[in-house]
Amino acid sequence: MHIPDGYLSPSTCAATFAAAAPFWYVASRKVGRMLNTKAVPLISVVSAFSFTVMMFNLPLPGGTTGHAVGMGIAAIVLGPWAAMLAISIALLVQAVFFGDGGILAFGANALNMAVVGSLVAYGLYRLIAGASPLASTRRVVAGAIAGYAAINVSALMAAIEFGIQPMLFHDASGAPLYAPYPLSIAIPAMMIGHITFAGLAELIITGGLVAYLQRYDVDLLKATAPGAATGVAKGFASTWRTTRKHWAGLAALMIASPLGLLAAGTAWGEWGAEAFQHPEGRAEIAAASHNIAPPETVPAGLEKLSSFWTAPIPDYAPAFMHSHAFGYILSALVGGGLIILTFLALSALAARLRPETPDAA
Amino acid sequence: MSIAREDSSFGRTGSLSAQTRAGWMPDQVRHDGENGGIARKRGRRIFTTPTHLLHALTHAIEAEDLANRDGLLQSLDPRAKLAGALLLIIAATMLHSLIGLGLLFALAVMLALASRIPLTRLFRQVWLGVLAFTGVIALPSPFLVPGKVIATLPVLNWTVSEQGLRSATFLIGRAETAATFAALLVLTTSWPHVMKAMRSLGVPVAVVAVLGMTHRYIFVLMTTAAQMMEARRARQLGPLKAADQRRLIASSAGVLLGKTLAMAGDVHMAMIARGYRGEVRLIDDFRFRARDGVGLLLAATIPAAIFWMQR
Repeated sequence: MHIPDGYLSPSTCAATFAAAAPFWYVASRKVGRMLNTKAVPLISVVSAFSFTVMMFNLPLPGGTTGHAVGMGIAAIVLGPWAAMLAISIALLVQAVFFGDGGILAFGANALNMAVVGSLVAYGLYRLIAGASPLASTRRVVAGAIAGYAAINVSALMAAIEFGIQPMLFHDASGAPLYAPYPLSIAIPAMMIGHITFAGLAELIITGGLVAYLQRYDVDLLKATAPGAATGVAKGFASTWRTTRKHWAGLAALMIASPLGLLAAGTAWGEWGAEAFQHPEGRAEIAAASHNIAPPETVPAGLEKLSSFWTAPIPDYAPAFMHSHAFGYILSALVGGGLIILTFLALSALAARLRPETPDAA
Repeated sequence: MSIAREDSSFGRTGSLSAQTRAGWMPDQVRHDGENGGIARKRGRRIFTTPTHLLHALTHAIEAEDLANRDGLLQSLDPRAKLAGALLLIIAATMLHSLIGLGLLFALAVMLALASRIPLTRLFRQVWLGVLAFTGVIALPSPFLVPGKVIATLPVLNWTVSEQGLRSATFLIGRAETAATFAALLVLTTSWPHVMKAMRSLGVPVAVVAVLGMTHRYIFVLMTTAAQMMEARRARQLGPLKAADQRRLIASSAGVLLGKTLAMAGDVHMAMIARGYRGEVRLIDDFRFRARDGVGLLLAATIPAAIFWMQR
């Protein structure tokens, strides 16, 4: 997960630094305003904590061990902005002094783990925990899922950064200059390890820590739980009741995504330029359009547009993937991650537009 | 103000580490040796945690010893070294030639020798680790990257492509060279100096102050964590089940978090008591001499030449 130097091109490193920079700026402004003189000692000590937690070896099912990054914990206790800064500093110390992660790749590592990881962990925790009481089991589940999802989205980001390298950078002979594998290999290779083992470490430590804090230091959970009912289960019940249909629907859709493979033909109107050129495709279009024959040639506008944009994941299943069902599930996960990110960006924007609330985030 | 002198922290970490080394590190080795069979295997798993923590501590102390030696890189200004290391890492990352990469790696080895850094240490700390990690990632590359077929594996019939092989060499070469330059920087410069030198690269003063404090409290928290684990182990009879180990790690993290936040409050009060009002000042006592200028210029010519030649 800690990308070393040499895996990403200098331009990718610069781009990831540029992408992380506005988050660092906003985070330092927000944290400075919120904590005043306390910001420097708090961020320093929490960075040291995050660094130490990364060294805790956790026994995982199957006899393996793993370690957590601690972004879930930091985001739940401090909110996403302070967590972002603390984890960035911990990553910088690791990169410079322990050689864990590259120095040029620090921007990418910070973007993946500190920025996106903290935002995803915080967003999901708030979303799932809702207004449930501080001591409810739902908060433990929320913490566990938030940690698990955050590390997986971070891994996905890293995989995408790896995967775009061979497309963009190769020498005269065509040999990739940096990470050599395309998205079709980089994404599954990264995700299999994180969906199974690495994600579990984050899941256990985040969920376990929320459970521990509920029992022994519940005040630490208050900062990111505005409006949490104290000891009353009403919040939990009502929020869950109103949102459960959506969650169930989302889960069903994600699980059912491979079923799309069983549906015959193409959705009406979703024909590509090639469909107009082959007799079978033309017959299919005609059948779906009340036997009205399609035009003899490819519509000029469609032909022009088809060369303008090629989706990074063509037809929802990477073409080079041997198992289409696997490609579909993977695409659903990628799509899910992107949707969550978009959701987070929109909610952050909405929060900025709203007048200041006493929200600790 | 009060946080400006990070140098003093080394006295403290030094004594802490000396205490840990003399105190419970050998003890731990002895305990592991006493366990047997499955119990030993299970027991060891959780005890890797303090070992990891200790490695980090001893690693830092050894680096400090090396930084105090008399050598080429040790005699240069930390700012010149930091900027130079960064330029050389950029050079290693942007090179499109394997021969050039080899030459750059040779330069790193020569710098290490001139700075009296034992190559066995670089091998142990950098080269082996990078090879183990990057090697595994690069290994499938000759078979997966399409290109001119230069060989076929006898039984499996997998084809090895020239492009894949080049790509794997690029990946390992870059990672090794960049990691060596980064290691040379921290092995020949004390950490507080590296952090203060970051100021010269435009890193905001607050970030440098935070880094300095993080560096200090990493040792405090790592020692606390290791002692917590050790205390727990001292009260334990027989091996723990995996589920109990996980519970123990999660609650240890919880206790450590509580201690961390309490410490943040204490440190804050101590800073306020010493006149801290939110403005950070660092004492910058570096001297930039002619040899630093020459060193930095030489380091800068390498990426500049690569950029010009690859245009």
